[in-house]
Amino acid sequence: MNGARMGTLASLRGSIARIEAPSDAAMPNRVALGHTIADAMLRGGLAPAALHEVFAAGHQGGAATGFIAGLAGRLSARKPLVWVRQDFSDRENGALSMRGLAELGLDPRLLVTVRAADVDSGLRTAADALACDALGAVVLEVWGQARQLDLVASRKLTLAAQASGVTALVLRIAATAIPSTAETRWIVRAAHSPPGNAASVWGTPRFEAELVRNRHGPVGRWIMEWKCDECQFSEPSAYPQPVAATPAHRPHQTQARAGHRLAS
Amino acid sequence: MAGLPLPQAGEAKKAELPSVVVAKDHNAILLHAVDEAAVRAGLSIGLPLANARAICPELTVYDADPAADLKTLNDIADWCDRFTPLVALDAPYGLFLDITGCAHLFGGERALLQIVTGALSRRGFAVSAAIAGTSIAARTLTRTASGKIVADGEEAAAVGPLPVSALGADAAVTTGLRRAGLKTIGDVASRAPHEISARFGAAFTTLLGHALGQGDAPISPRKPLPDYIVEKRFPEPVATDTVIALTLSSLAKMLVAAMDKQGKGARQLEASFFRTDGAVRAIMVETGRPVTRPEMIDRLFRERLDALNDPLDPGFGFDLIRLAAGRTEIVVQQQRDLDATIHDNDELSALIDRIATRIGGKRVVVHLPLESHVPERSALALPAQHHLAAAGAAAWPERVAGEPPLRPLRLFERPEPIKVPFATVPDGPPHQFTWRRAQHDVVRVEGPERIAMEWWKQDGAPLTRDYFRVEDAEGQRFWIFRDGLYESELRDEEGKPVPANWYVHGLFA
Repeated sequence: MNGARMGTLASLRGSIARIEAPSDAAMPNRVALGHTIADAMLRGGLAPAALHEVFAAGHQGGAATGFIAGLAGRLSARKPLVWVRQDFSDRENGALSMRGLAELGLDPRLLVTVRAADVDSGLRTAADALACDALGAVVLEVWGQARQLDLVASRKLTLAAQASGVTALVLRIAATAIPSTAETRWIVRAAHSPPGNAASVWGTPRFEAELVRNRHGPVGRWIMEWKCDECQFSEPSAYPQPVAATPAHRPHQTQARAGHRLAS
Repeated sequence: MAGLPLPQAGEAKKAELPSVVVAKDHNAILLHAVDEAAVRAGLSIGLPLANARAICPELTVYDADPAADLKTLNDIADWCDRFTPLVALDAPYGLFLDITGCAHLFGGERALLQIVTGALSRRGFAVSAAIAGTSIAARTLTRTASGKIVADGEEAAAVGPLPVSALGADAAVTTGLRRAGLKTIGDVASRAPHEISARFGAAFTTLLGHALGQGDAPISPRKPLPDYIVEKRFPEPVATDTVIALTLSSLAKMLVAAMDKQGKGARQLEASFFRTDGAVRAIMVETGRPVTRPEMIDRLFRERLDALNDPLDPGFGFDLIRLAAGRTEIVVQQQRDLDATIHDNDELSALIDRIATRIGGKRVVVHLPLESHVPERSALALPAQHHLAAAGAAAWPERVAGEPPLRPLRLFERPEPIKVPFATVPDGPPHQFTWRRAQHDVVRVEGPERIAMEWWKQDGAPLTRDYFRVEDAEGQRFWIFRDGLYESELRDEEGKPVPANWYVHGLFA
């Protein structure tokens, strides 16, 4: 093998290494959620400058909103947050309450809300906002099965997020997942408060979060608690069962999926 | 100053048959406008239609449409914007143009007058125009002949020989003057002012003074005068997007250069596109902070033009494109490289401007706290363009450390009614409720938290609410309330207790 061919090979190897590098090199700037197992599965935490999807289980908008507010809070506690939503979202799911946001430990002063007339204008606004590197995160809230939110649209959001370093969070309520370029996809439902007296004080917000897609790691399902004061997730405190029982209408997928990469 | 009364469009010239426009006035149908053929046939404005038909049986009659007339007048005024930014309506048929300092751009007053009358005549309007030192004098001059130009100080001599009706005073005043034997404006001016005032009122004396060039009534322009204007005229009309975009960029550079000399930045910008056929399209852009960079102006207009519901229609092309800064502010120069927050704030407000330009300023909001304990009135959403700084400095109530969230994350603007079958104690929490056709079994309850309404603010004394935080069997958490207190508030006229209404007001995370 002559020198020229060796040189070509070396340069090709170099470029392959460069292409493959981001998946591992990006680890240090990952944002830890605070939940040990989830962070381990995510290789250190949520990847910034990427697209993450959160689906509400059924119509449980409240829990999913709280979860995505938590993700946004983890990603950018001190930077402005742009929340893009549809006009009728207020009537369907209630408006975002500033007092409620403050109770979760987030700062309402950093929130800019955009009320888009339809999904198309919402998508365009979100892509625009993602290009602005002054933001911490952009939340796009879409109600219903929006066919505009296809692979092309999510690819655009991902590219915009990669270019600026701003994280894109997509909140879907009353929708089922379709293929997208998301880094992670979560299905979130509310979890019970710890068992006890019916009239006892309920605790901090609890989510039963199911990680159904993770581009660079395994998937899983956990109970995650949001610590309002520390502004981070954590393991459930004083909860006897490790995982909530699988609902009867769904197959028990957790064990089958854990430890695998899920292509979707 | 130029007045352009536009009497009536000569529509039926080709047929040579007289045509008139009629309007109903006090149960009589009177002639509202007549064309030249009708004048030749002996008809005049104000004649009853029945008489007109008797004089001229082959009359074509149209109904008057004052709204369309006004719209046409406005369209003509839009077209006149190309000559001066100060154009005022003199309804129903007139326009005032303040051409102070503008005439030389069009080759002098005579040439300007010819351009205006020529262009309007070609479009089929009957035009009469004049230029004088005061608006009223110019209007008076147009009433008898078109094309007069009167130098400053010569108004009295010019309007003197004209009949008093040319002043445009009330019919009663005009008739009164004629009965008093004062036929011309010169006759009236020769009398002592106090005599005229005593007989016809001070308003008429003022009008007369203005017509004679003694003092001037300010015209009220349709649009406020912009702070800066730059424009580009095209000898050949342009229609392609590329040329329009390039023109806007070069105009933006000129505008910024002009503003920069005085340290100003634009808060409101308007681009006007004048079509060769007279139609004018104006596009407005507002910004949250003074804009000082041409590329930013360029980008905002590109966003706006892209987002237009009815795209810019060049027709046969634009012959004039104008960019005006409607509102400007002094810009405080800040050192950008050292302070990251200044950079971030600039970027954020630029982003807000861009989004607001495309989808509307009211759709991009920031949130401010409101001094009210009523949950739905505790926050205010205001346009982000104007309130970004205020929102950044707002003081929100602190959360109590160690407590779970006391207020829901999602709040319904109107509480949604729920069905509650029973409660073990009358003022206790429900055990079950139905919301949006789904039944929820209450597993956990916190409360009540009693919130009295602001009885001092509205009539009808709204009921006190008892709020409960409840968790259902699936773990969902709701904020529900009972409207009204048992025993005291929930009673019918006979004093018997009535069942309370329950509502869900919010969803917890």
